[in-house]
Amino acid sequence: MGHFERDPHTGHMTTGHEWNGITELNTPVPKVIWLFLACTVIFAIGYWILMPTWPIGRTYTKGLLGDDVRHDVAQSVKQAALDRSVWSARIEKESFADIQKDPRLMDAVRETGRALFGDNCAACHGRNAQGGKGFPNLTTSSWLWGGTPEAIFQTLTVGINSAHPDTRTSQMPAFGKDGMLPRADIDKVVAFVRSLSQPNAKDLDPTKVAAGKELFAANCASCHGENATGNTEMGAPNLTDAFWIYGGDAQSIETTLWNGRQGHMPTWENRLSELDRKILALYLVDLRKADK
Amino acid sequence: MIAQLTKSERQSALVILLALAVVGLAMAAGGRHDPFGVHGAIVLLAAILGIFGVISGYYAPEPSPDRLDSYYDSPTKFGIIVAMVWAVIGMAVGDWVAWLLAYPEWTFDAAWASFGRLRPVHTSGVIFGFGGNALIATSFYVMQRTTRARLPDQLTPWFVLFGYNLFCIIAATGYLMGVTQSREYAEPEWYADIWLVIVWVTYFILYMRVLARRQEPHIYVANWYYLAFILVVAMLHIVNNLAMPISWGSAKSYSLFSGVQDAMTQWWYGHNAVAFFLTSGFLGMMYYYMPKRAGRPIYSYRMSIISFWGITFFYMWAGSHHLHYTALPQWVQSLGMTFSVMLLVPSWVSAGNALMTLNGAWHKVRDDATLRFMMVAAVFYGLTTFEGSFMAIRPVNSLSHYTDWTIGHVHAGALGWVAMITFGAIYASVPWLWKRESMYSAKLVEVHFWLALAGTVIYVFAMWNSGIIQGLMWRTYNESGTLAYSFVDSLVAMHPYYIARAVGGAFFLLGAIIGFYNILMTIRSAPSVETQNAADFPVTGPAAAPALQPGE
Ligand code: HEC
Ligand code: HEC
Ligand code: HEM
Ligand code: HEM
Repeated sequence: MGHFERDPHTGHMTTGHEWNGITELNTPVPKVIWLFLACTVIFAIGYWILMPTWPIGRTYTKGLLGDDVRHDVAQSVKQAALDRSVWSARIEKESFADIQKDPRLMDAVRETGRALFGDNCAACHGRNAQGGKGFPNLTTSSWLWGGTPEAIFQTLTVGINSAHPDTRTSQMPAFGKDGMLPRADIDKVVAFVRSLSQPNAKDLDPTKVAAGKELFAANCASCHGENATGNTEMGAPNLTDAFWIYGGDAQSIETTLWNGRQGHMPTWENRLSELDRKILALYLVDLRKADK
Repeated sequence: MIAQLTKSERQSALVILLALAVVGLAMAAGGRHDPFGVHGAIVLLAAILGIFGVISGYYAPEPSPDRLDSYYDSPTKFGIIVAMVWAVIGMAVGDWVAWLLAYPEWTFDAAWASFGRLRPVHTSGVIFGFGGNALIATSFYVMQRTTRARLPDQLTPWFVLFGYNLFCIIAATGYLMGVTQSREYAEPEWYADIWLVIVWVTYFILYMRVLARRQEPHIYVANWYYLAFILVVAMLHIVNNLAMPISWGSAKSYSLFSGVQDAMTQWWYGHNAVAFFLTSGFLGMMYYYMPKRAGRPIYSYRMSIISFWGITFFYMWAGSHHLHYTALPQWVQSLGMTFSVMLLVPSWVSAGNALMTLNGAWHKVRDDATLRFMMVAAVFYGLTTFEGSFMAIRPVNSLSHYTDWTIGHVHAGALGWVAMITFGAIYASVPWLWKRESMYSAKLVEVHFWLALAGTVIYVFAMWNSGIIQGLMWRTYNESGTLAYSFVDSLVAMHPYYIARAVGGAFFLLGAIIGFYNILMTIRSAPSVETQNAADFPVTGPAAAPALQPGE
């Protein structure tokens, strides 16, 4: 029935069919393909024999190797914990001071802390822990709640203005919005606050600064301290240094005073193990040291 | 267009459009407070436009009976242009999301412009909009020529094309409004899914009707592949989208599956969408346009048979390689992995058969960018399937999974294989369809080819690098036994590759835009009389009696 032809180029016959000018050769399947197929099939069958593969009723063929991923994972997690326990057990047990004295333990803290910080904290505090607007720089000597490892550990555990029952709570009152100070007074305090960290700023009006000083003593010192160097009992920041959470320009300080501020830092108690929190606390202290 | 329909077809079209308008109105009313209502309005608008279109041509004279002596190609022409429109939209959005990954802040703070909403516009735009329209259009062309039968009527192909594009529009606009089932490649919600079932079943029946009318005793390979594509996609689509809407006035629905069964159903769908949409369909395309353009017989009919059945059988089992090392039971993973390895053989047999077909025509490949598109497509097909089978091996997958390596693999297939074979097929068929001697500019085809190839290579290499670096960073432990890098570290490491990918994507997009321009200019150029039906044997088309059939 077909119209067979020999293809001059390959020397193979056509199948005798033609579709709108297209023909096909009847070239036999090259041996290498059968070989290739055989190899993959043998590989597959071998794998089925060795590994869990075929369902049979409510169970499945377990395979000669008896491999089980769940078991493998549990095993390797256990092994990894065991490997780490060389140093992690000591960090769990020993006091911060003792750990800080041991350079080998501190190496582990640095290596582990960096990844922990990157995965849990960098989203808010930045990759280098240097913060950003609304999120404090953690590499400075200026701490809201204290820079000892113990204090940092506590901050991590309970969070700041968080959902934890023992949370650290702090609030910068909204002096303007809540009508505690008139706009003119706020202007003056802003001038004074600016003069603390930028005494040489050209645009500061000395009379305003002086008036602001008094207003500060009356309204602000209770939290920020008489010298405005902050109070780690209340999480009130030092206003005399170069580090700002919300910005140290006139506009930002004014916004802070007018609207108030209340930063939120989550509690990590149920999200990071005690070991991890301890490592992070030590890591941050160390970061500050390294930065100096 | 309306003039090509018979009177009774015009009436049927009106009835269908009126019914659609009623459905749209009901949706718009029932979903007033929901994106569902917006979609109702879109359906209503589409139906009204359609009604106006039909009425404006309603009193045109009946088409002449001579039409039955030739193939019906208007739907193919329309489909090719629409495919190119979607190509430009889908790839532009693809490049946009590529830039977003490098500069995530470029979202204008608008919900619709967020990565999560634009990404499915890209994937659906290129796969369904570009790929789907190209497949439907070329399948109409190929099925008529290889069966030597005209499409059975004039209305059904238009219903399939317009219906399908309505689905695509509803899908894309839905994503921008946040409507999604969160099933990758099956994001559209229940009502869009139901509509697609109607369209798709009509498409399947149309294909069967053409085959039933065939004048050729044998069914050519291209048709096997196109049919497998249509049939299996129907099955996948229906099963994976079984869901319960929360109300008749809401876009939201919940899947009938849950937990790991849900994941397995989704990736059984997802992988076979790759297999039967992005592979079988385009193999059908290749099997027609490549030998035709090269003027060579298919190298081996026998290889066609084993690769067709191999692909069809093995792919069905392979979906679980998307869920390695997850809650999916290990035995299912073993099956997915081993079948993926065996799948390499028929895949390579297909690619090899295609390349061997070019033996004796390599000088044409050198001179003709259109044929070169198809040749490179076959090479990338071989490369992608090798890579896929390799990535399906569990320990390899433990490195590649969740990384850009997968994205590299996807686009080696999507750009190198799917898009290249489509461009090749389109460049071949545009002059045939519009009866022009050749494309408006062979130079521009050449330019498009090199832009596409450079874009693909840049894209794929960038993603291989980025993916492997990422995968290694995620599994590197330091001496203390903890992970050495945080996730953010790996993001920083990927940044330069993301920029490279976006640049490669821009090349590819530019090529597609040039191609579209070239196609439009070809259509505008003067038709040449001599090339009438140059591509068709016998030139007289379907009415030529079986007696003319060679060798019969
Ligand atoms: C959701 C954002 C967020 C994340 C995540 C976060 N922090 Fe904070 N953190 C803050 C904010 C905001 C403050 C400042 C609160 C305030 O203004 O009183 C803060 C304060 C702190 C302080 C107190 C600083 C001081 O001066 O006393 C420490 C210590 C700290 N964070 C460490 C961490 C560590 C370690 C992590 C990771 C485990 C972390 N933070 C994750 C937002 C965050
Ligand atoms: C009730 C205690 C309290 C009082 C009173 C108070 N503050 Fe504060 N202030 C805070 C706390 C707590 C913060 C830190 C808020 C945070 O981080 O979310 C703060 C933050 C600030 C900041 C922002 C510091 C930065 O780094 O951006 C400025 C500026 C400031 N206070 C100025 C003042 C001034 C001026 C007054 C008096 C008008 C005042 N505060 C009164 C508790 C107080
Ligand atoms: C201009 C060229 C293109 C560019 C720049 C581009 C870019 C992208 C980007 C940035 C993503 C998201 C990757 C991620 O989430 O990490 C993506 C995903 C995807 N693209 Fe493209 N793309 C292009 C062309 C195409 C084409 C032509 C196709 C198909 C025919 C395609 C199919 C896909 C698919 C299937 C995904 C999802 C991959 C996955 O989830 O694993 N792309 N593309
Ligand atoms: C032998 C053939 C192939 C095999 C065995 C295979 C295997 C794989 C594997 C193992 C993955 C990664 C799954 C994961 O880790 O999440 C994958 C992803 C993918 N492959 Fe292939 N592949 C093959 C061919 C192709 C081809 C030809 C295309 C065409 C474009 C393609 C498109 C895709 C897409 C789109 C994804 C991403 C799915 C997603 O995660 O969204 N594959 N494939």
